[in-house]
Amino acid sequence: MLLDVKLGQLPTWLAMRDFTPGGVVGALRRGYDRYFNKYINVKKGGLGGISMLLASYVVVSYIWSYSHLKHDRHRKYH
Amino acid sequence: GLEACLMDTRLFNWKSQCLAPLPPLPEKGGEVRYGLIPEEFFQFLYPKTGVTGPYMLGTGLLLYLLSKEIYVVNHETVAAVCILSVIIYGVKKYGPAVAAFADKLNEEKVATALAVKNEAIKSLETAIEEEKKEQWRVEGCSYLFDAKRNNVAMSLETNYRERLLTVYNEVKKRLDYQVAMQNLKRQKEQDHMIQWVEKSVVQSITPQQQKESIAKCILDLKALSKSVQAAV
Repeated sequence: MLLDVKLGQLPTWLAMRDFTPGGVVGALRRGYDRYFNKYINVKKGGLGGISMLLASYVVVSYIWSYSHLKHDRHRKYH
Repeated sequence: GLEACLMDTRLFNWKSQCLAPLPPLPEKGGEVRYGLIPEEFFQFLYPKTGVTGPYMLGTGLLLYLLSKEIYVVNHETVAAVCILSVIIYGVKKYGPAVAAFADKLNEEKVATALAVKNEAIKSLETAIEEEKKEQWRVEGCSYLFDAKRNNVAMSLETNYRERLLTVYNEVKKRLDYQVAMQNLKRQKEQDHMIQWVEKSVVQSITPQQQKESIAKCILDLKALSKSVQAAV
């Protein structure tokens, strides 16, 4: 459904969303269900199911610790 | 448990009515290329950029991150490279073996469940057979009860007749007793009367009469002997 939204209509689509705690939890649950049923809850699940989760965890933790890693840069100006 | 209810919510989200036997799980999960990027991404970019589009995007993105040092190359990069190489080597070498093992475990689970289901079906079928046999037996019950009723009537009749015979015998005994009593009484009366008559007759014979009767008897005998002598 998000893929069907055209780029120009994105703000209106975001405004339509349900931002109550119940709505947020529902959205998270639906997202989890979709991912789970597509990649993990199958007869012959492959590596992709968990490796995508681990990769996203790596990326998110890198983003959170970027402020510390900034000091390790080799050059000051890019 | 949790995964089971999630499996149910999959149906509840799509279809309003729930199917009684759950549909089987899909065979393979969503396609993932290089273990990291889902196939849908490549399909999404294919119409606009062809086959090499996503790779060019990846290369450009990587160079941008490196050149702007959004991704900083430090000691952690070396560690990451070593770890990733080891992981990839392990997956390439032992992947199929682990997959086969997991498949075997799944097969065993499914086989036990199926065996339980078949056992249940078989036992229920034998129960149905037994039930039909019992129903057939119930039909034959009526004959059994008829025979039993006949037996009971027979024994009742026998008992009744035995008691009738007893009654008859008892009554006969009492009547015989009465008859015997009467006979005895009459006999005793007769004997007593005869004795009494004899006694009175004997008493009434006075000695005088005795002499006269003896003399008469002698005269009669003489007369008789004379007639006999005459006849000879």
